Amino acid sequence: MRNLIYLMTAVSVMGLAFWAYGENYRTRSSLDRMERLQGEIAGLREGLGVLRAEWAYLNRPDRLRELANLNFERLALLPLAPEQFGALAQVAHPVPDLPLVLDPVDTAARPEVQP
Amino acid sequence: MIRTPLRPLARILQAREKGENPDAIERENRRLRSEEARDKAKGRAEGRLLVLAAVFLVAFGAVGARMGALAATEPAEPRVATSGAAILTQRADITDRKGRVLATNLLTHSLYAQPRQMVDPVRVAQELAKVFPDLDVARLTRDFTGERKFLWIKKKMSPEQMQAVHDIGDPGLMFGPREMRLYPNGALAAHILGGASFGREGVGSAEIVGVAGVEKAFDGWLRDPGNGGAGLTLSLDLTVQSAMEEVLAGGMKLMNAKGATAILMEVATGEIVAMASLPDYDPNDRPSPLTKGDASDSPLFNRAVQGVYELGSTFKIFAVAQALDLGLVNPGTMIDTKGPLTWGRHRIRDFHDYGPRLSVTDVIVESSNIGTARIAMMVGPERQQQFLRSLGFLEPTPVELVEAPTGKPLLPAKWSDISSLTISYGHGLSASPLHLAAAYATIANGGRKVSPTLIHGAGAEPGPQVMSPAVARESMNMLRQVVTRGTASFGDVKGYAVAGKTGTADKAKPSGGYYKDKVIATFASVFPAHAPKYVLITTLDEPVETAGNEPRRTAGWTAVPVGAEIIRRTAPLLGLRPEVEPAAPDALTLVHN
Repeated sequence: MRNLIYLMTAVSVMGLAFWAYGENYRTRSSLDRMERLQGEIAGLREGLGVLRAEWAYLNRPDRLRELANLNFERLALLPLAPEQFGALAQVAHPVPDLPLVLDPVDTAARPEVQP
Repeated sequence: MIRTPLRPLARILQAREKGENPDAIERENRRLRSEEARDKAKGRAEGRLLVLAAVFLVAFGAVGARMGALAATEPAEPRVATSGAAILTQRADITDRKGRVLATNLLTHSLYAQPRQMVDPVRVAQELAKVFPDLDVARLTRDFTGERKFLWIKKKMSPEQMQAVHDIGDPGLMFGPREMRLYPNGALAAHILGGASFGREGVGSAEIVGVAGVEKAFDGWLRDPGNGGAGLTLSLDLTVQSAMEEVLAGGMKLMNAKGATAILMEVATGEIVAMASLPDYDPNDRPSPLTKGDASDSPLFNRAVQGVYELGSTFKIFAVAQALDLGLVNPGTMIDTKGPLTWGRHRIRDFHDYGPRLSVTDVIVESSNIGTARIAMMVGPERQQQFLRSLGFLEPTPVELVEAPTGKPLLPAKWSDISSLTISYGHGLSASPLHLAAAYATIANGGRKVSPTLIHGAGAEPGPQVMSPAVARESMNMLRQVVTRGTASFGDVKGYAVAGKTGTADKAKPSGGYYKDKVIATFASVFPAHAPKYVLITTLDEPVETAGNEPRRTAGWTAVPVGAEIIRRTAPLLGLRPEVEPAAPDALTLVHN
């Protein structure tokens, strides 16, 4: 009986050791993968920063103004002037025509329908 | 184990034969037995102590070895730590109020050399000079063939240049990674951004430190990793700033001015939407400061904040507003304007003769020095000083620029009666255009003090009430009339109800006295007058308008048209719809019994 307990303990220790060994390797490979991904993220972020700077550089007002002037014939862009926009309330809308009266009886004082 | 009996029969019999006491044998045996037991216990205790000592030795040895290992190895980041957006770059971006980038970082490389490792130093020097034309071949050759072990060649370079240096292919040339500060909009808002340069430098990296403007004022904040990479949002609007700079540059050229500045400020918050000072510079390539001569001639000089000028007639509204607030006059009170006004040895004149009397409103509309001086006499120097202090004219502006404290107003040594008279029409007290913007914003804000700021959405608490809202409204009404029928008639922009005041001040000579033909022309404006939203200050340095028969220098001919054009261009960009001004109220609106 005692020998059986010893044997089972030894076997379970070996099993646990085997499992821990496997876990250790899996953890290490996960860490490696995470590091690789973080490096990739850092690289992408760096690229994003460069793209953002480039976007800001290409969209700088001086350049846009110059381009608008160069392409004036095609685009005919001018600086925004106060006359070009206003409140909706200031716009004189055309008065819509009144709808046709189709059923004259409807519009006249309609007699109450007696039950 | 064989136990020795306490009374061995043989020895007892022997002892009895000899007539000795057999008990002695027993005692002797007991003694031997207890000694044996003692020796055994001692041995066991000693063994245990030994084991304990060994255990402690191993334990402390392990701790010591671990400490030694930790101390001796290179520090490493924990591998499992999450790296979020925490530390991306060593310096945060600066953006405008809509998130458009004003300053950011770019990765680049620096170039350094270790001449000891060079294969052919002479050829390297020649090739480098081809890549970087600003380098001197003779000097490089001397450095490479001399005693030096290490030298910096370029602090930053473009990828093309880096490739060209790679192509030289010498092992003695090395690259170090660098972050550099980039201002993608070039000279736009240069004086506000300031600029940055490298601080402490190493092969692996270099610090970026701000050298002027908000870059220096917020240096610690921008470099603080605790902010999690959040950018600094300024109150500027990139488009408005650009339009304003364009118009201002054009106006400065047309009016033959040597410098110009304009400030556009939100009335309710004091946020500066655009602020320009010309001539300007490119913060990517900041020029070095002047070593001799007048600092204000350098493009680095921020006229809007650092430049203190006598701002002329724009000050008149403060004297009048104070007199209104104190109840000394009302807009219709007639003021004696017969000239010249003599005070001691001083005589005060008007630009034209405006006749014997003008109403207070007309004193502002026609810009009468004599009338304003007479109003200032009623107020007195002490109260005037106190009022100007409450408007912020006696201290440097609190704006978040490192240059702000240098824009300290120049005050008269003694605030005498005559100083009080001249200050009432803007001579004898020099202040920066930003001071003026804040003071006009205070009037436009219903008399509640406005402090200028460059940070968007800081939400400063409202300032103290400097004058009553009714007085502020009356002052705005007068300023509106200056534009509709007074000296700033060119300032009327259809749909925006501009109110404002012109100011033409003779420039002071450094040696004392005033120049006859050099002026500072200022147009301080507020729009729309009936519901003030923005204040615009336009100042031209030494303008002269030569379209007519004789040169004209007054602000009405120089600063006002430029200011009006700035309003015409920027107001739509600010989202202000042009609107039909509410009709002027009837002459009689309030009736008291």
